[in-house]
Amino acid sequence: MIVNSFLLPRPGGTDPVGRPPRAERRHTPKVDTSGLYRRALVAAFRKLDPRVLVKNPVMFVVEIGTVLMLLATLAPDLFGPGQAGRGYNVTVTLVLLLTLLFANFAEAVAEGRGKAQADSLRKIKGETTAHRRRPDGTIEDVGSSSLHKGDLVRVDRDEIIPGDGEVMEGVAYVDESAITGESAPVIKEPGSDIASSVIGGTKVVSDHLIIRITADPGQTFLDRMISLVEGARRQKTPNEIALTVLLAVLTLIFLLVTIALGPYAAYSKVPVPLATLVALLICLIPTTIGGLLSSIGIAGMDRVAKFNVIAMSGKAIEAAGDIDTLILDKTGTITFGNRLAADYLPVGGQAERNLAESAMAASWQDQTPEGRSIVAMSARMGLGDRAEWGAATGIEFSAQTRMSGVDLPDGTSIRKGAADAIKRYTIEGGGRVPPDLDAAVRTVAELGGTPLVVVRDMTILGVIYLKDTIKPRMRERFEQLRRMGIRTVMCTGDNPITARVIAQEAGVDDFMAESKPEDKIRYIREEQAKGKLVAMSGDGTNDAPALAQADVGLAMNSGTHAAKEAANMVDLDSDPTKIIDVITIGKQLLITRGALTTFSLANDIAKYFAIIPAIFATGFPQLQALNVMRLANPESAIVSALVFNALVIPALIPLALKGVKPRVSSAEQMLLRNVLLYGMGGIIVPFIGIKLIDLVVGLAMR
Amino acid sequence: MLSLFRPAAVLLALFTALTGMAYPTVLTAIAQFAFPGKSGGSLISERGKVIGSGLIGQPFNAPEFFWGRPSATQFVPYNAKASGGSNLGTSNFALHEAVKARIKALRNADPENHAPIPVDLVTTSGSGLDPHISPAAAYYQFRRVARHRNLLEDRVRALVDQHVEDRLLGIWGEPRINVWRLNRALARMK
Amino acid sequence: MTATAVLQIAYYLIILLALAVPLGHYMARVYTGEAHVAQRILDPVERLFYRLAGVRTDDDMTWQRYAGAVLWFNLLGILAVYALMRVQDALPFNQSNLGPVVPQVAWNTAVSFTSNTNWQAYGGESTLSYLTAMLALTVQNFMSAATGMAVLVALIRGFTRRSAQGIGNFWVDLTRGTLYVLLPLSCILAIVLVSQGVVQTLSPPVNTVLVDSSASAYGKGLLTQIIALGPVASQIAIKQLGTNGGGFFNANSAHPFENPTPLSNFLELESILLIPVALCFTFGAMVRDRRQGWALLSVMFLIFVPLLAICVSAEQAGNPLFASLGVDQHAGDLQAGGNMEGKEVRFGIVSSALWAVATTAASNGSVNAMHDSFTPLGGLVAMWLIQTGEIVFGGVGSGLYGMIVFAIVAVFIAGLLVGRTPEYLGKKIEAKEMKMVSLVILVPAAGVLIGTAIACVVPAGTAALGNPGIHGFSEILYAFSSTANNNGSAFAGLTASGIFYATTQGLTMLLGRYWIIIPILAIAGSLAAKKIVPPTSGTLPTHTPLFVLFLAGTIMLVGALTYFPALALGPIAEHLLIAAP
Repeated sequence: MIVNSFLLPRPGGTDPVGRPPRAERRHTPKVDTSGLYRRALVAAFRKLDPRVLVKNPVMFVVEIGTVLMLLATLAPDLFGPGQAGRGYNVTVTLVLLLTLLFANFAEAVAEGRGKAQADSLRKIKGETTAHRRRPDGTIEDVGSSSLHKGDLVRVDRDEIIPGDGEVMEGVAYVDESAITGESAPVIKEPGSDIASSVIGGTKVVSDHLIIRITADPGQTFLDRMISLVEGARRQKTPNEIALTVLLAVLTLIFLLVTIALGPYAAYSKVPVPLATLVALLICLIPTTIGGLLSSIGIAGMDRVAKFNVIAMSGKAIEAAGDIDTLILDKTGTITFGNRLAADYLPVGGQAERNLAESAMAASWQDQTPEGRSIVAMSARMGLGDRAEWGAATGIEFSAQTRMSGVDLPDGTSIRKGAADAIKRYTIEGGGRVPPDLDAAVRTVAELGGTPLVVVRDMTILGVIYLKDTIKPRMRERFEQLRRMGIRTVMCTGDNPITARVIAQEAGVDDFMAESKPEDKIRYIREEQAKGKLVAMSGDGTNDAPALAQADVGLAMNSGTHAAKEAANMVDLDSDPTKIIDVITIGKQLLITRGALTTFSLANDIAKYFAIIPAIFATGFPQLQALNVMRLANPESAIVSALVFNALVIPALIPLALKGVKPRVSSAEQMLLRNVLLYGMGGIIVPFIGIKLIDLVVGLAMR
Repeated sequence: MLSLFRPAAVLLALFTALTGMAYPTVLTAIAQFAFPGKSGGSLISERGKVIGSGLIGQPFNAPEFFWGRPSATQFVPYNAKASGGSNLGTSNFALHEAVKARIKALRNADPENHAPIPVDLVTTSGSGLDPHISPAAAYYQFRRVARHRNLLEDRVRALVDQHVEDRLLGIWGEPRINVWRLNRALARMK
Repeated sequence: MTATAVLQIAYYLIILLALAVPLGHYMARVYTGEAHVAQRILDPVERLFYRLAGVRTDDDMTWQRYAGAVLWFNLLGILAVYALMRVQDALPFNQSNLGPVVPQVAWNTAVSFTSNTNWQAYGGESTLSYLTAMLALTVQNFMSAATGMAVLVALIRGFTRRSAQGIGNFWVDLTRGTLYVLLPLSCILAIVLVSQGVVQTLSPPVNTVLVDSSASAYGKGLLTQIIALGPVASQIAIKQLGTNGGGFFNANSAHPFENPTPLSNFLELESILLIPVALCFTFGAMVRDRRQGWALLSVMFLIFVPLLAICVSAEQAGNPLFASLGVDQHAGDLQAGGNMEGKEVRFGIVSSALWAVATTAASNGSVNAMHDSFTPLGGLVAMWLIQTGEIVFGGVGSGLYGMIVFAIVAVFIAGLLVGRTPEYLGKKIEAKEMKMVSLVILVPAAGVLIGTAIACVVPAGTAALGNPGIHGFSEILYAFSSTANNNGSAFAGLTASGIFYATTQGLTMLLGRYWIIIPILAIAGSLAAKKIVPPTSGTLPTHTPLFVLFLAGTIMLVGALTYFPALALGPIAEHLLIAAP
């Protein structure tokens, strides 16, 4: 780890105290939504193009119905005798057109939001000038769009980084706020896994960097993010395809039902006008879900983007909703990643205060979180600053000595470090090891902590209990995940004892101790062999294979290029816990689709009760017994059902865009709730709605 | 796929032999050995001549007989060569008319009887060969039969009582009277 | 409903369950090839069959080969039945010197029996020789039932196998189902039925003299009655057990020789649902989660029992148009009362309605009363049970595989509602399954709707009707519902032997059988190739009351939405017409 660099804002949540909880940091893109609805309205008309609509079988049927009705209005004789009056035909035509426009509008609004976001991203991207370094070392200025993989560019202070890349030389602060929304600049430097990758469109705010470009034009993160939120590359997800199949077959069945009604009526010698058949068909086919299906998908991607996550496909988001096992690194994800002082355990009969004071002295110049937490703990015991500490010589931690400390001006030397290192140091220095030290060290280890032994002038004073601090509310989140049926697995390099303690405290279901990157892959493969879907987040180069192996891999933007390439999602905020939000969005997508499908189909019951008695009002007067809504007259009944059918679409646009909130509850409870809400609701609401519309329409049609 | 032809053809042949020949013929042999009368149609013979089956109804329409159910079999009622029902729907006018005609026939044969007519006496059975009527239908007719045969009503009534078959274990089926047997017993009464 | 009615139904269902549980588990052992008593006895036969047919028991078929085997076998079955009917006059055991069956009826009957529909375009005793009845009908009664069970077992293997290519061997499934399940059960049932008076003879019809000689006034001077006989019991046993339903006689199980006593009626009734119910337990046993079998069975009961109550009540209420005529339709100790047109006195209302509901719930299609003469609501129940796709019990095998398809639909929607890619029994339900499922739902519905529509407007369609007006429409609707869903019962006033109906119904029967079997096997193949996802607490359990209700709701919603307009113009309109004259 890089000592003393912790004061810089580092991505990945390694900051123990400074940053507000993630939820409050949620990125609100500076998106220009003015005129969104006006543009959507225009687009709604443009989308009437049958070549566009044919992709949506349900709405395409509505369009054909509209055209038929338009013909029937213009040339009533075209469809033989017994057709309805022109006024009725006109009304039906208009309501059908309205239904189409509503559906198109919903899609256009969803797309419009994405587009607005994309536009603001494009502004960031813009075309900038890049200073490309020729092989001979000279610099030439080229447009950013002509940069290719492997090009080296120099970016100076206050310049925009022209493309995604890896820092080769220099150390500089970079402002990534345009993309991540994180206002504090982050440091970028070569060599380190974490800090060496930069995103095009961000700005160097100090010094300069030499960057090797890692993405060809059109392949950068910004490009990907733009096409993602725009929905340009949006492919139907497998589940969406399956649902479309189901909706298509229902549409086909209702088409047959309606077409067959003609001959039935002919047998019964009851003429049924074309307008009525078309109205019945449109009412029956699942227009609500058919009209809103693509909006739901677009809005889902949009929500993911709002969370500052770039998903490579909608499929990845849906897969996230299905995750069975979630593998999280302990450090930086479950815990703050810093061991903080939690207690002093004096040994050899030493006073705790004595130990505390020495520990404070040894850590006075130590700027690591550990050191600062030791100082803070001693300060809480009422110990304070001593002038000589500032003047002391600091001994930095090294891999050889595995200890650090100070030599005070008066010659006193204080060291803190790993138990065996201190023991060896003490014995070599002629000191002796108190018999109760091992017990104290073991106690700390068993608590899952890291023991730091403090020695002052070859007298071992005691042990500092450094504790891995679990982030607030992690336990809660794991509990939620468990109720969603997701197993959490903690992955750590710690020894099994420590790992178990942390795992228990955090409330994860399983842990991998002393794990190496290969262990992660093996674990993922084992889970997958059992048929489970596995998600993981990671940032290091050695995480890349595991990220690629996982069904859902979320890479941190602060992570290495390799990790980002291997993952199917990248979190621009570099917050590993965000995978939980992505899971929620994935579920939300499915639930919203399910809710609207159920609602749409349940609606048909009321529509039948409105339309069937109306169609056969003259031929089968006894069927008026089915007119349970007591609708005013046949025309009004049919038009009311059709109007209701049309109005439901805009009424549900907000739901489609916002998504049905998944509850943290068992699948059973969630099913019960949603069935009651959207199934039962879908049965009852139209009875009321159609009746109310009929009260108005009935008056007008009297 | 042609490789599937051989097993298909061979197995069809084998199963035809097994289930189409062995199974029914072996069963016939067992049935004729174990239940010689019943397997042959529960036929009842008198003086070497088959006079009917205990399970198949016969038409009766002389007033001195108990009438069975109307039959809608093809060509003739109780055509045991072509079983079948009227298949008239509940709302069918023809059914309405047929029932009215049957009511009229019953009333004409027994003008004093103003009791409501048990429904099975005016509706056809599904097979058209129903050998039974309900006890209610028999009790509706016994006075007419007694009158036409110059028998005491009580004796005829007692005969009807004797012929009532009850539900199986009091649960399955319905109480019923085999008309053919009842009429045969009636014919033997002096 | 009367107390006797409730008792009769309750006992019926309890005894049904008591018989089905052990049979179901026995069948699971049959199909998994585990040692069982019957196998020890019939093993030589089984091995002989395989040797002669060149079948290797370890030949695990892909779904395509399995489907190929089903189609070949059924195609040959159709050809054999057709040929036998066309040349029966030249063959022995022709008891009444019957001529060849006319081509369209032969075609219709061939499809009808191989497809397990057993729609009767033929008149039974007046059309078929004993030899045809035995070699064509009885054989296909066994084979079509065994085929349905085999396809179901293949589908179940799709759930139980993981990352597998094969779904079993059709020849083995067919042979075992026949030898170890259908044949032994049929033998037992046939003997018991003979003891009740069901005939079993190869003797020709007998002539008898009428007791009431005056009765000839009804007819044309005939004083004799010719009583048709035949090898009836052997066919009736398998016809009931194999959800076939094709009668030896025209009147089917209303005929006293097919169903003479309340006991024979009870046994035949139990036989209608026995194997379909038992297969639910087979399913539970094979997927190693008995609760799953119980759940699907509960769905069936949940739909069955209320509809049964409606049917019994409607029939018991009688014909409202008779009220003014002085006809006594009340139920009492002396008569069953109710709507007795087309019903037998020995069965009365309850046994007839129970049969009608059971035979239409299962795709049996045998009748002990004439459905055409049922009250509009009673007929509606029968018709709608067929239209829901023959999945409430349904045909042997076919009912449960249809139910599983609906379970997949319900799981799909429920999965969406809980935010997980749907999975059923650990198998993920994806676009490919949904495509096949869509076919299974669409094809019969299309057959019913299009067929009915065509028949409504072509002269041959309306000329064959036995009843005018609304009820005539119901006859058409019932006919196409019955054939497209492979039930086989009828509103029999419709003359089904004409060219129009015999041909079109043959087509709908073919579609309704094989265009279901192929997608079902495709689902089986696709599922077998998948991994099994272990359940987590986020997995929607499919054995709970909530899921049972949800599945029942899905079935009824799809059934109602597809057929509401047609039913409104048929039975509903007729009911409203006569209920409020």
